[in-house]
Amino acid sequence: MSLNYNNPEFVIERDQDKCIECRVCARQCANEAHFYDEDLERMREEDINCVNCHRCVTLCPTNALVIKEYPLEYKKNSNWTGGMISNIQKQANTGGILLTGMGNPTDKKIYWDHILLNASQVTNPSIDPLREPMELKTILGRKPDKVEFDEEGKVKDLPPQLELETPIMFGAMSFGSISINACKSLAQAANEMGMMYNTGEGGLHEDLYPYKDRTIVQVASGRFGVHQEYLNAGAAIEIKIGQGAKPGIGGHLPGEKVGEEVSKTRMIPKGTDAISPAPHHDIYSIEDLRQLIYALKEATNYEKPVSVKIAAVHNVAAIASGIASAGADIIAIDGYRGGTGAAPTMIRDNVGIPIELALAAVDSRLREQSLRNKVSLVVSGSIRNSADIVKAVALGADAVYVASAALIALGCHMCQKCYTGKCNWGIATQNPELVKRLNPEIGVERVKNLIEGWSHEIKEILGGMGINALESLRGNRLMLRGIDLTEKELEILGIKHAGE
Amino acid sequence: MKKVYAREEYCLGCKLCEVYCVTNHSQSKDIIKAYKLEEVTSRIIVETKGAVSFALQCRHCEGSPCVKACITGAMQKDEETGIVDYDEDKCVGCWTCIMACPFGAVKRDEFGNKVISKCDLCAEEGEPACVENCPNAALIFEDREVEEVC
Repeated sequence: MSLNYNNPEFVIERDQDKCIECRVCARQCANEAHFYDEDLERMREEDINCVNCHRCVTLCPTNALVIKEYPLEYKKNSNWTGGMISNIQKQANTGGILLTGMGNPTDKKIYWDHILLNASQVTNPSIDPLREPMELKTILGRKPDKVEFDEEGKVKDLPPQLELETPIMFGAMSFGSISINACKSLAQAANEMGMMYNTGEGGLHEDLYPYKDRTIVQVASGRFGVHQEYLNAGAAIEIKIGQGAKPGIGGHLPGEKVGEEVSKTRMIPKGTDAISPAPHHDIYSIEDLRQLIYALKEATNYEKPVSVKIAAVHNVAAIASGIASAGADIIAIDGYRGGTGAAPTMIRDNVGIPIELALAAVDSRLREQSLRNKVSLVVSGSIRNSADIVKAVALGADAVYVASAALIALGCHMCQKCYTGKCNWGIATQNPELVKRLNPEIGVERVKNLIEGWSHEIKEILGGMGINALESLRGNRLMLRGIDLTEKELEILGIKHAGE
Repeated sequence: MKKVYAREEYCLGCKLCEVYCVTNHSQSKDIIKAYKLEEVTSRIIVETKGAVSFALQCRHCEGSPCVKACITGAMQKDEETGIVDYDEDKCVGCWTCIMACPFGAVKRDEFGNKVISKCDLCAEEGEPACVENCPNAALIFEDREVEEVC
């Protein structure tokens, strides 16, 4: 077609007084938004190629660059917004599905921001975590109905458990969707911080085997890279049923991202699309799920907890109750704001429910059915800061998965173009030229700093509440109050309104 | 002696090392003025081919062929620091040193001056400017106790 109706999304503004024509921007832009014009002897821009990832802005040594939203305005229309129109133009051009990356960016209500935390004043003392011990240790796994001790003083018949120094784990991101250097950064940070990271459905690269005590290996519908050694290489196994960003559909890895190493790790031919089936074709019921859970437990000698990850959907409480009965040790629930390397935009932005409501509903249901001790609850999608974690724990979560936040620590600027494989930050790419932009030595430090900072903040918040162990906050919804919430929302969250 | 070592696996090929080398060897020490008002040649060279890139600079080697080759005595190796440096005033621009250097680390001045341009390890500062400003820690300044002999 002759004319592309789409306009640029962003405009690159270059201060020519500051630009020294060093061309760092041109060399760093995989989208070719900058180029040097030999005739005009100055740098120029191709605005339509810009994805606003800030790589050029960050590396420009003279701060000569600013990226802005393209100022062209459509005639005001609350229904047919500019975004809606440009989506239609894109599809009219290509006939394809609208693709996107990272989590749901639409302005639907974020419940974390409508929940407030409590603190001690006068009637009970707050605790100063810098002066007194504060416990964040978190132990995930099925707990026995009653505690009995053997002759050595150990708990009798205790199923396998995962021990975390802080209630945070890195969420599932496969080698393939992210680069080996991103995987190494997360694995090593998890190892040094006493956390867990999750392989996602891409198998385990051989360079990551040394971190096996801190690895959760995932088994998804595509079964990529799953073999006996893989199952036994992790500290726990996770069956991925669904993902918050795209409930009801399987993972997508475009063939462009399947290079030599990804092909070897996933056990698929080079350059082929890795499209996971939407369902596990051996799981059509809770009974089938039970069979897979026990097949995996059998394969690993009942030594590793098995987690089941689902997307938060309408019937999440009933589904979680089924999963707990099916023998899972951990249930991971991913909310509709969860991230992804590639998802159809319409599904990401419209399918699923908020994690806050799903978590409250699941925790309540499991308690009602006396199943709560049988599983640990891990929530994700999207945990943005330490306060979100504290609120999640008070709502009933045992731990959280963070993924987008960890990638932001590694350099991600949320341009949402992961699916193109051209990540300028070396994270969501397999192009060797781009992968090496993420030095894992720097990555590890940045991610560790984030987790350390968040852990300190969690301790501060707990101290303020007069609580000295995270365990005492779990499911303690009296520490939460809602603002700007309806009766129904408060009822589902199981919290009182501020002032009550 | 402490030298600059390149880690090509992390080199972005962004050439910021060259930018900061120019700035640090300028009169103004100001990045914009160095480029717009002065004529300074970078003493570090980024070599790029496809996905491979690394920054190259003088190895300050034992034996220093450039010192032996220099016809005016402008190029000298400091006995104490081990740094090979040259005296711009003595240099006549014969470029014999360029031919003698087995690493290709000595280069002509880019602005037509007779002198040559080579790394002095930013001797007056603690850490060379290229190392300090590499965005991906692809350059490190350390003593590996291995002498590169030519």
